[in-house]
Amino acid sequence: MHSAVAHHFESLEKQGQAQRLGMWLFLATEVLLFTALFAAYGVYRYLYTDAFSQASRSLETWMGGVNTFVLVTSSFTVAMGLDAVVKGKNRRTGLLFGLSILLGCVFMVLKGFEYRHHFLHAELPGPFYGGPIAGSGGSMFFSLYFLITGLHAFHVLVGMTVLGVIGARTWLGRYGAEHHVPVELAGLYWHLVDLIWIFVFPLIYLI
Amino acid sequence: MSQFPDSSPPVFAERNYLNTPATGLKSWLTTLDHKRIGVMFLITTLIFFAVGGLFAMLIRIELLTPGPTIMDAMSYNRMFTLHGVVMIFLFMIPAIPSGFGNFLLPIMVGAKDVAFPRLNLLSFYVYLLGALIALGGMIYGGADTGWTFYTPYSTTTTTKVVPILLGAFILGFSSILTGLNFIVTVHTLRAPGITWNKLPLFVWSIYGTSVIQILATPVLGMTLLLVAIEHAFGWGIFDPARGGDPVLFQHFFWFYSHPAVYIMILPAMAVISEVVCAFSRKNIFGYKAVAYSSLGIAFVGFFTWGHHLFTSGQSAFNAGVFGVLSMFVGIFTAIKVFNWVATMYKGSISFKTPFVYFIGFLFFLFFGGMTGVALATVSLDIHWQDTYFVVAHFHFIMVGSTIMAFLAALHYWWPKITGRMYNERWGLVGATLVVSGFVFTFLPQFLLGNEGMPRRYFNYPERFQALNVASTAGASVLGIGFLVILVYILVSLKYGPVAGPNPWGSRGYEWLTPSPPPLENFDELPAFERGPHEYHDLPGVEAVAPGAGSSHA
Repeated sequence: MHSAVAHHFESLEKQGQAQRLGMWLFLATEVLLFTALFAAYGVYRYLYTDAFSQASRSLETWMGGVNTFVLVTSSFTVAMGLDAVVKGKNRRTGLLFGLSILLGCVFMVLKGFEYRHHFLHAELPGPFYGGPIAGSGGSMFFSLYFLITGLHAFHVLVGMTVLGVIGARTWLGRYGAEHHVPVELAGLYWHLVDLIWIFVFPLIYLI
Repeated sequence: MSQFPDSSPPVFAERNYLNTPATGLKSWLTTLDHKRIGVMFLITTLIFFAVGGLFAMLIRIELLTPGPTIMDAMSYNRMFTLHGVVMIFLFMIPAIPSGFGNFLLPIMVGAKDVAFPRLNLLSFYVYLLGALIALGGMIYGGADTGWTFYTPYSTTTTTKVVPILLGAFILGFSSILTGLNFIVTVHTLRAPGITWNKLPLFVWSIYGTSVIQILATPVLGMTLLLVAIEHAFGWGIFDPARGGDPVLFQHFFWFYSHPAVYIMILPAMAVISEVVCAFSRKNIFGYKAVAYSSLGIAFVGFFTWGHHLFTSGQSAFNAGVFGVLSMFVGIFTAIKVFNWVATMYKGSISFKTPFVYFIGFLFFLFFGGMTGVALATVSLDIHWQDTYFVVAHFHFIMVGSTIMAFLAALHYWWPKITGRMYNERWGLVGATLVVSGFVFTFLPQFLLGNEGMPRRYFNYPERFQALNVASTAGASVLGIGFLVILVYILVSLKYGPVAGPNPWGSRGYEWLTPSPPPLENFDELPAFERGPHEYHDLPGVEAVAPGAGSSHA
């Protein structure tokens, strides 16, 4: 039996099945975590329609757009990395995961510039809001903006760490053609982080 | 039970999970064995049950007389908040799933362990961490918001809400990890021979519970985090003074916390389905109906949260829809009740302690359930909203039923977990005290609520005193009952007679292995040819079934 099989599983395949199911369930909890914030965004957008569209228009849409492109590309490189490890090309997977982490860094840096812009213009949550929008709508928008993008950025950081650890282990040959479920799961997580952004981007920047 | 042919002189399994691989404290704290983790959960949740019970006693003593009796109004507010938080988050949600579920579920599916043993241990430590943070907040000052943390009060009060919120947030992760583990275990680790329709009903119900734990808990986590952020930094997400919507908080809160009621009651139903078969010596009546109605409750439970908001300003249409959906839960529950009762019919009932708790469970579930249907009726709820009627209702349905099931489980599986029997006579004494104490505590509260006494009030008019005294007297009996149980259970650890693998003559899969079970659950994996609730082919049962054992002869 393969050395990676835990004592209570009968085969590597069965163990992989369990790990995949576990990951999908975990992703479901992640989706629901964000769903609460999206629902709050929907409710307040309905309550403060004008303020929210005004605040949304003041965001740098091109930065969000570039970030969307960057993240989708990083998902592509992760998928290529998984394809490589299935074919037994460990080193290539390590490199591709490294490239994905770099793209994640680009995303974070751009996000950082956006945050800097907001701080300079006092576009901050709750009582710290000093922007041009009158009433509670502006501060509410930026409360939710920082909560959603902040939580997402946190997930990007976690995802980069996961890709780093799994990528390094793959490079070292811990995973290969016959045992690559952890690589797959790391990829799944990264795809979810992207997928959430694909909902965040139109919600906050476009509509 | 000695009349059953397969019971040879009982033996205490020499090599079992309690002494393998080692017996030291360190081997327990670092164990990956689901049985040990289950036992650790049981011990910890029982400690918190005692803490929550102590708070409850103090509340009842305070309410003996109108005005201050033993504490001031602020301490009273803290007391009922802590009682709710401790009982719900630290006892009722984890006790049966994480405690008994952990111990039994892998054995019942013929597995050596849960799918992810490390996550399982992590779940325990996350639980401890959350509990300690919440407890720290309580010792440091406590909160006065009630366990529901309604905004805007919870975001503006000066009491220590944040650590308690964070504690509950962290506890959520424990709940998610355990639920995730169970679902994956049931899907991937069933032994050959155990098909979905041969799963013990306990497993079905715990499975339904796990689905709720996974899908509802993240929303609560996010909500509590938002309240904590708002309290700490004044962001105003739920505070109307700062443009927030407090009703949104109620929606979010109950989207989790209503299904959470089913996190508490479904495991209770899990236990009851096992107990009723074992002590009626009858096949379960309507296996599929009992199994699938668990999933039905889990599903419908997600669409009933609005019945907590009947008076919070939601539209009449919403209120009507949520009212009707809430009654669907009653249908699924009734399906179970009818099947349990039908299981007893013409059975050969042995009136042991777990069975007494089963009867108590049926009674409380019926009382709590019927008043629940009444409360789901919008027009009636307007009268009862936020009165002691609601307090009595949810104590009957989620506390009474869950505690009955918890105690039934404790007695039924005690010989499996410890290898020894408790004293049956004292068991019956304890059960009588607990059941009657519970009734005397909460029945008067229905009357109080109907007459208009609001919940969470420190003071009340003279005319309510008699019923309050009755309730407190009942609570004392309840407390004494728990003490009796604690004493004989602990005594049995050392002096109880050796139980043997199957002291009840039960057909459940977990009784096929020695008591206490070996490290990997089965010395040799059984073939699992028959179902876990099949008694019809048991030697000696045919002779009994036609009526000799029942009063209808």
